[in-house]
Amino acid sequence: MSDARQFSVRVEVLLRDGIADPQGATIERALPALGLDGVTRVRAGKSFRFELDATSESDALARATVVADRLLANPVIEESQVTVQPAGTSA
Amino acid sequence: MAPRVGVVLFPGTNCEHDAVQAVQRLGATAELVWHGATTVEGFDALILPGGFAHGDYLRPGAIARFSPVMGAVAAFAADGGPVVGICNGFQVLTEAGLLPGALQKNRGLRFLCTTSVIRVEQDDTALTAGVAVGTELTIPINHFEGNYTCDTGTLAELRAEGRIVLRYVDNPNGSIDDIAGVCNAGRNVVGLMPHPERASDPLLGSEDGAVLLWALLRTADVATPAA
Repeated sequence: MSDARQFSVRVEVLLRDGIADPQGATIERALPALGLDGVTRVRAGKSFRFELDATSESDALARATVVADRLLANPVIEESQVTVQPAGTSA
Repeated sequence: MAPRVGVVLFPGTNCEHDAVQAVQRLGATAELVWHGATTVEGFDALILPGGFAHGDYLRPGAIARFSPVMGAVAAFAADGGPVVGICNGFQVLTEAGLLPGALQKNRGLRFLCTTSVIRVEQDDTALTAGVAVGTELTIPINHFEGNYTCDTGTLAELRAEGRIVLRYVDNPNGSIDDIAGVCNAGRNVVGLMPHPERASDPLLGSEDGAVLLWALLRTADVATPAA
C-alpha cells in the first residue's frame, strides 16, 4: 500500500439494550454510597485503541469495523461503535 | 472397537484430563488434541472441555475460535461427527458459530461453583441419544459466564426445532428459558455449561454425568463421519 496513511482507531463495545448488564447495575447500586444520587442508566463496556494503515478515512473505517464486528464485539450480545481519525491528531 | 475420542486442548484449558478419564472409564479411547492441530482424523467424537482457553481474554472463546484446530472441528461437525462443548467448550462453540447464541455473565454477577439439577429435554442429540426425556441429572456447574442468551428469533427456532437439549430445574445463572444446553440443526454438536465429566464416578459423588457421556459414546459408534 504505497499511499497508505496511518489512522488512530477507537472502538467502544457495550452490551446491547435488553442484555442484562450486571456490572453496570452493580456500579449504579454502589453510587449512593458516595453520596451521589440521580446517576442512572450506568452501562459497563470495553474500550479499544489501535492504529491502522489505510488509504483513506473511509477505508480505515471499513477495516476497523471488520475488526470490531468480527473480533472485539460479539454481535449476539454486544454492539460496537468505531471512531477513526488520522494518526497524530488529538481526540 | 472402542470409540476414539479427541479432547481438544487450548492453552488455558484445565478440564481435559477429567474428560479423558471420564470417557476412558466408560471404555473409550481418549487422546488430547493440541489446539494447533489442523486435523482431527481418526476420531469418532470430539470434546471441547472446560477451562479458560487463551485466558478467556476479550471474551470466553473469542480467541480460541481462531485456533488452527477449529477449522478441523468445524469440518468434522459438518460431516456429522459428534462434538460436545462443556462449559468453556460451549463458549468456544458459540463464538465459532457452530452453536447459536452466547453466554453472558451470570445474573447476579456471581461466579457459580455448585451442583445443579438439569432435565433432559431431547433424546436424539449427540449427548442425549437414548436418554429418556424428563430424566433429571445432578451435575456440577462452575462458571462466571454461563447465562445463555440469544435473540427472540433464535429462541423461537430453538424451541420449534427441539434444540434445547438440557434445562436447569432451578435456574442458577439467569439463562433464557432455563437453557443449560443446546444443539445445532444437525443435532450432532451440543454445548452445555454443566460438567458431566465431574459426575462420572461414584468417588465424585454422582455418576449422573456418565449417562450423557455414554450417550456420546453410543452416538460416536454409529455416527462416525466418513474419513
